[in-house]
Amino acid sequence: MERRAFVKSGALALVTMGLSPTFLRRTAFGMELFNAPKGKVLICLFQRGAADALNIVVPHGEKAYYAMRPSIAIPQPSRNAIGGAIDLDGFFGLHPALAPLKPLYDRKLLAAVHAVGSPSTTRSHFDAQDYMETGTPDNKGTADGWLNRYLAVKGTCDECNLAKTPFRAVSMTPQTPRILEGTSATVAMNSLDEFSVRATGSSAERLEALYRTGSADLVHGTGAEMFDAVKMLRAANPQKYLPQNGADYPRSQFGLRLLQIAQLIKANVGLEIAFADVGGWDTHVNQGSSTGQLAQRLDDFSRSIAALVTDLGDKMDDVVILTMSEFGRMARENGNRGTDHGHAGALFVIGGHVKGGKVHGRWPGLEQEQLFEGRDLALTTDFRSVFAEVVSDHLGARALDRIFPGFAAAPRDFLGLV
Amino acid sequence: MRIAKFFGISLAVLVSIAPIGASAQRSGAKTPLKTVIARSDVRELPADQQIIQALSRLSFGAKPGDILKVRAIGLDNWIDQQLHPEKINDDALNSFVANYSALNQDQNDLLRQYAEQQRERREVKRERADTTKPLTADEIAQMRQLQQQANSRRQVVTQLQSSRVARAVASERQLQEVMTDFWENHFNIYAAKGAPEPYYIVDFDQNVIRPNALGKFRDLLEAVAKSPAMLFYLDNARSMADSTQPTLRDPNQLQRVRPVPFGRGGFGAIMRTANEMQRQQQQQQQQQQQRQRQGLNENYGRELLELHTLGVDGGYTQQDVINVARAFTGWTIKPPAQGGGFVFRPQVHDAGEKVVLGHKLRAGRGMEDAEDVLDILAKSPATAHFISFKLARRFVSDSPSKALVDHAARVYLRTDGDIREVVRSIITSPEFFSQQAFRSKVKSPFEVVVSAMRALNAPPDTSPRTAQVIAYLGQPIFGHQAPNGWPETGESWMNTGAILNRINFGMAAAAGRLPGVDIRDLPALDTIRSAPREKQVDAVVAAILNGMVSPDTRAVLLSGEHPMLGAGSGNIPPLSGLPQILGLALGSPEFQRH
Repeated sequence: MERRAFVKSGALALVTMGLSPTFLRRTAFGMELFNAPKGKVLICLFQRGAADALNIVVPHGEKAYYAMRPSIAIPQPSRNAIGGAIDLDGFFGLHPALAPLKPLYDRKLLAAVHAVGSPSTTRSHFDAQDYMETGTPDNKGTADGWLNRYLAVKGTCDECNLAKTPFRAVSMTPQTPRILEGTSATVAMNSLDEFSVRATGSSAERLEALYRTGSADLVHGTGAEMFDAVKMLRAANPQKYLPQNGADYPRSQFGLRLLQIAQLIKANVGLEIAFADVGGWDTHVNQGSSTGQLAQRLDDFSRSIAALVTDLGDKMDDVVILTMSEFGRMARENGNRGTDHGHAGALFVIGGHVKGGKVHGRWPGLEQEQLFEGRDLALTTDFRSVFAEVVSDHLGARALDRIFPGFAAAPRDFLGLV
Repeated sequence: MRIAKFFGISLAVLVSIAPIGASAQRSGAKTPLKTVIARSDVRELPADQQIIQALSRLSFGAKPGDILKVRAIGLDNWIDQQLHPEKINDDALNSFVANYSALNQDQNDLLRQYAEQQRERREVKRERADTTKPLTADEIAQMRQLQQQANSRRQVVTQLQSSRVARAVASERQLQEVMTDFWENHFNIYAAKGAPEPYYIVDFDQNVIRPNALGKFRDLLEAVAKSPAMLFYLDNARSMADSTQPTLRDPNQLQRVRPVPFGRGGFGAIMRTANEMQRQQQQQQQQQQQRQRQGLNENYGRELLELHTLGVDGGYTQQDVINVARAFTGWTIKPPAQGGGFVFRPQVHDAGEKVVLGHKLRAGRGMEDAEDVLDILAKSPATAHFISFKLARRFVSDSPSKALVDHAARVYLRTDGDIREVVRSIITSPEFFSQQAFRSKVKSPFEVVVSAMRALNAPPDTSPRTAQVIAYLGQPIFGHQAPNGWPETGESWMNTGAILNRINFGMAAAAGRLPGVDIRDLPALDTIRSAPREKQVDAVVAAILNGMVSPDTRAVLLSGEHPMLGAGSGNIPPLSGLPQILGLALGSPEFQRH
């Protein structure tokens, strides 16, 4: 369907703003659009489907790892053989498909955290994703996501003046993810071609409110300028956007979404929180080893992230990229050269001020008695501890007890990631 | 703002009308259970709104004349008819569905053809691999043919999607269609899982879900468990006993085949040859089984408990997941070359003892293991509750009352999981006919498009177009990757982007961009083409929105202006007059609810 036929065209918006086509072109090519004060940015990337942490940050120094994964283990690092893990510290290594992330590790921009996850023992994708997004494991009654609570708690910060921009929190997803649900206004868009605003209020009233005022806000409200900006970005054809510093995004959905996040950051529209997700991690069958199914997912994942970091260049000083997945997978491979649902996992924290070049967290070991319930990687770091450290030390949030209710986030327990 | 506020119906009026609507129900079967529950069985909605409510939820929306039809035969009679789809004549639809060429072939034959094509393709590739000669005309033709075959596989999915929409639009057995939609979402399958899945899904839709949609839950559950579509989608087809567990035919026993004595000529020699061949065969089989015996896959076991039966809080443990998966080892699919149907392979079935939800399954058994598991699950109060909750949420409201769900769950347990009776208890309940439930659900994209086609009296079409529109609105049919299916509550479908898309869908439909849609099929509108705008608005509101419209929407319909509408600039000209009103009505909040 030709949706654009019915929406105000970019050209029209251009006229209403009285801006020149040169300006439009500058925007499309990644120039600054507005002079919103430069703030910190957090980009959260969710790997939906439970990514196999043990084949992502590979414990190649662990004998039990090779015993439990006869057909899918990543071989030990080796100069001569291809397909081995990329050594990080003599014990851990990256999956070979994560090679694009290795330079970031070497430049100390990238930190890994292992044996991290939810204290909940659920192995349900849907519950575990819910817990990771609400930030309240084993409590299904939580109505809002922790990123939205962060927005609410930080509130209208005078110095940064960010609450005025509708692009303070943007999700590059068709629907608002649970992590951004809540009272603070957020934007969800499949792409810059299709943006949407989540109205606040009770669900019973939301539909009518969206039709009546939500849409009116969109054109006449405080965010009018910003929406016009996005309309221009869209009309200017994001395909023509030129990434900087030779960044090369994969032409995948995930790659294109990260490209558009970079575009928003560079357009200076006041973006503080960005979110994107990527599926395909539920590898029950033939997940592969150095190559294969998981390797393909990781290839897209790492090339997209590396391109984003390259593209943002110096701006990475103000940016943290935080990856997450609902849980890890079984330590042992299953009957189909795949892995079933497990417990603790691994994540990456990437940014200019990240204490990178290190695998953080206490390693619990993979011997039988060290495994959780005798089958999964045990948990040594609560994911809330990592998330709390990032919002506190990177974004400057206080009142962590309101962002992560029921969790005593003590800075002395932080891993020292940022 | 609740729509009901605008209609000027005071509560006093409702109360005075309600007993009339409820009388028919009260004269029905009075079971002792009802008196125990002491629930009010008064229908709050006035008679005509009861009909609107029933048509919106038990069908994919009213077609012109449907309200009169239901009123004529009586609402309760109509509901009873819908609960017995086998008694409703659907010849017109059936002859329409016969137009789908790919769906009316034997899917097993298609699968065999597919296997053959794959083999040929491999051969062609092999032959081409070691030659640099230019392609001969024959080879080009052969490759073209292979390409066509790949296209035909895609066509299977496209036709199935199109037929799902066409049936929902045109079937007289509307409740059957609604239930099919419900179960195909409950037992979600992803068409893009892998190459053979399209053929499996055709069988899934036609032979697994539809015949059981209003039958016994136990039968439905088993049909799904044995369906190649599910066996493939959730990997059970590949799950086998762990090497530490005994299987039914222990391969080691095969080695004890008694050697045949040598040296006896004649008949003996022939015997020996035959026996040796047999032994050789057995050894090959044995090797193959060893290769095949890879071990357990928990994927289906877990989702069977979490999503299909007990629900995530249904009180099962990780050990239950493992033991359910063990019980289902050996439930697999024949190779595509053999038609790909269900088969039980005892030699990979874990024959060890298992305990599932406190029930012991003794060692040494075969298919009975999983049959027992299905019995245990289908009889579980947790399943009764979970299925009842989901049905109540589908038919009544996004957050159905505990009383309603408990009531339905009791019916489930009393009737041995009779879906028809559980549904009946829900759709004849006072909650179903309550003011609170009326127009409280937001339509899914599938429901929006199908209800629009029905409201516009559009005939079904065999093109992929309508299914593509549904996909564009965010709900591709058989296109949900994760096993939890599409969201069943309105919350998930509401944001500005979606509203915008729905407004544009309305405009596209009114502009004749949907196959079959033609205002001339709507006598109520065709006659007022040159009437004053206000009259046209009234007629559209009556025809499309059952006469119910908020002042806000009415203002939009009258002015033709909405902030989300811009100057038309694409290849669809801006609409004006009656088509514009119609398009705006289809995009209005009122039309998104039911």
